[in-house]
Amino acid sequence: MATVAQRNYFDAYNEVLAEGQEHEPVWLRQLREDGWARFSAKGFPTTHDEDWRFTNLAALARTPFRRVAKDEATVSERDIKPYRVAGAACQLVFVNGYFVPELSDAEKLPQGLEVCALRRAIDCGLDECAPGGIEQHLGRYADANRDVFVALNTALWDDGAYVRIRRGAQITRPVHLLYVSAGAGAAIMTHPRTVIIAEEASLCTVVEDYVSVGNEAGFSNAVTELVAGEGAVFSHFLVERENLASFNVSTLRTEQARSANVASHSVLLGGALVRNNVHPVLAGEGAECLINGLFAGEGRQHLDNYMLVEHASPQCNSRQFYNGILADHARGVFHGRIIVHKDAQKTDAKQTNRNLLLSDDARIDTKPQLEIYADDVKCTHGATIGQIEEESLFYLRSRGLSKADARNLLLYAFAAECLNRMHEGAAREMVETLIKNRLHELAQSTAHAAAGGGSNAAEEETQNWEEVG
Amino acid sequence: MALLEIQNLHASVNGHEILKGLDLTVNAGEVHSIMGPNGSGKSTLAAVLARRETYEVTQGRVLFDGKDLLEMDPEEAACEGLFLAFQYPVEIPGISNAYFLRSAMNAVRKYHGEDELDAMDFLPLYKERMKLLEMDEQLMNRSVNEGFSGGEKKRNEILQMAMLEPKLAILDETDSGLDIDALRIVANGVNAMRSPKRGFLVITHYQRLLNYIAPDFVHVLVDGKIARSGGPELALELEAKGYGWAEENEQVLPA
Repeated sequence: MATVAQRNYFDAYNEVLAEGQEHEPVWLRQLREDGWARFSAKGFPTTHDEDWRFTNLAALARTPFRRVAKDEATVSERDIKPYRVAGAACQLVFVNGYFVPELSDAEKLPQGLEVCALRRAIDCGLDECAPGGIEQHLGRYADANRDVFVALNTALWDDGAYVRIRRGAQITRPVHLLYVSAGAGAAIMTHPRTVIIAEEASLCTVVEDYVSVGNEAGFSNAVTELVAGEGAVFSHFLVERENLASFNVSTLRTEQARSANVASHSVLLGGALVRNNVHPVLAGEGAECLINGLFAGEGRQHLDNYMLVEHASPQCNSRQFYNGILADHARGVFHGRIIVHKDAQKTDAKQTNRNLLLSDDARIDTKPQLEIYADDVKCTHGATIGQIEEESLFYLRSRGLSKADARNLLLYAFAAECLNRMHEGAAREMVETLIKNRLHELAQSTAHAAAGGGSNAAEEETQNWEEVG
Repeated sequence: MALLEIQNLHASVNGHEILKGLDLTVNAGEVHSIMGPNGSGKSTLAAVLARRETYEVTQGRVLFDGKDLLEMDPEEAACEGLFLAFQYPVEIPGISNAYFLRSAMNAVRKYHGEDELDAMDFLPLYKERMKLLEMDEQLMNRSVNEGFSGGEKKRNEILQMAMLEPKLAILDETDSGLDIDALRIVANGVNAMRSPKRGFLVITHYQRLLNYIAPDFVHVLVDGKIARSGGPELALELEAKGYGWAEENEQVLPA
């Protein structure tokens, strides 16, 4: 007997198939069918699944999210205005999974940059769109068999963005992709799909930004496939700032060619239950990736960061740095898995997770996981959990700063470690402002709770080991 | 009116009494040195005056410029013009020295209803005072005390004092761990700040610092109380005879 939630997914799948009947190419329909088969066979994972040990999906699974029709919710320029990014090269706005040209601005693009809705890129049918066509990329990297959320997205995606940076193009202003959930009187689901092709020696920054208009619960399940060509330099920002009733699962799968340098910055500030998967495959020799993250939660927010870094070629370098700030009953997860394949000699992988817990009830689960099949590698891991140090707080107050300002400054200092790893520019300025505002809220709302905490200073080194083979 | 008036001060930490009836008066324009053996309560006195919450005052009263200091929060005391140069300055990664100091100065200005300083007002003054402390200008953009040597940290404390221009500066073993050059620089900074409107409480274990910062009064703190008070010659006598001498003579002190 299917639940309402399960029936909704089935209905959504049938709608998507019916709507695409006329114009979707065969390969895409095949992908959808495979995705759906996988999802319906497996269902959502449970905490018995090692990759989901710390995140319970029961609430997500039983909520009957509904796929909405294209114009069911109207979102105006006024709703969007606060989320605009100053200095962006272009902005694509999606409402409940559908591209809204009237709210978007992708008319005058810098030379070498192509940005449009993914559906349009497929519909136009031009192989021009991507070397070998989008078929060569969509669904090729993100594995529906590994992850049911990828399977579900593949079966149900309505639209998303297509970004291509041509060989050698240096795009200094960021591409802003705004995904808006706008409740239509019921919990809604969207499955944005993004394909980014950064060609040889190109440079670009893309910001994926998830926001809600209104207070209704939504479920965003996004998948982004990023291909970085030889020597490409690319920065990806994921910004989760939906309302505190939202479920958000996102997956960034990157494929890096020789000497490609990709930075992934995940900034999780909103949402009730958030899971961010970052899965780079360092496929070419000398590729380098930075996986940088900041998560800050309060109330009962659950912010889960899952990374799978695959070293598949020699001489590659990966760095993972995640800082978490958790107040009230908020819970965070850092699950960093590194796989070093047999041929990936001279791998240098480093993983660091630092956490600040602002209350006795906040919780962080941090888990490193290493699978090394090569014999000449260097992998290090370290995790710390601490509180705001009384000593630091007193130092700032002794210079005249109020307790709330001193807390705010210390939280900001902690978050600044992540900010400092981002290249300067409009994207960094945008997240800097968001983080400042969020931390200000946290500092104000937790100033009372921590007052009775006394002098429980000290940052504790929970684990630190090094494996050099 | 005295700048600082301490009467019968008793203070404990974790239920353990450390200050046991301390009396001290500091007038504007005076430099008082507090000397004493380890564990006598020197740093506790500094912390209590700077209003550190981990210390509990069980008896006595302290007037700072006529106001009840023991009623103040640390930030209030700071805004009223009390400055503590820490024995162990705290490192704050992620916040630059310049940002931190400007935030502090603006907090004090706001307290007094004055306009905030912008970077244009702040920077020239900051650079000038850095010269006084013989500090590299590049330090202003580095995180507060992070990766600083012991000497740099202490100079940074005095630099903050020079910028905040307090009414009363308390130097908690600022000389400890300094080599002769750093000691001279720190002392120059302090001496440049001496004024008829400002008082100093210089806490030290050794007489050496007092060769550079000449005190008007020297007090010996033993077991939570002032055991002896005198002029600069007392420091020399202590240096020659050791703290044991002051402790032995405690009983024969005039009332």
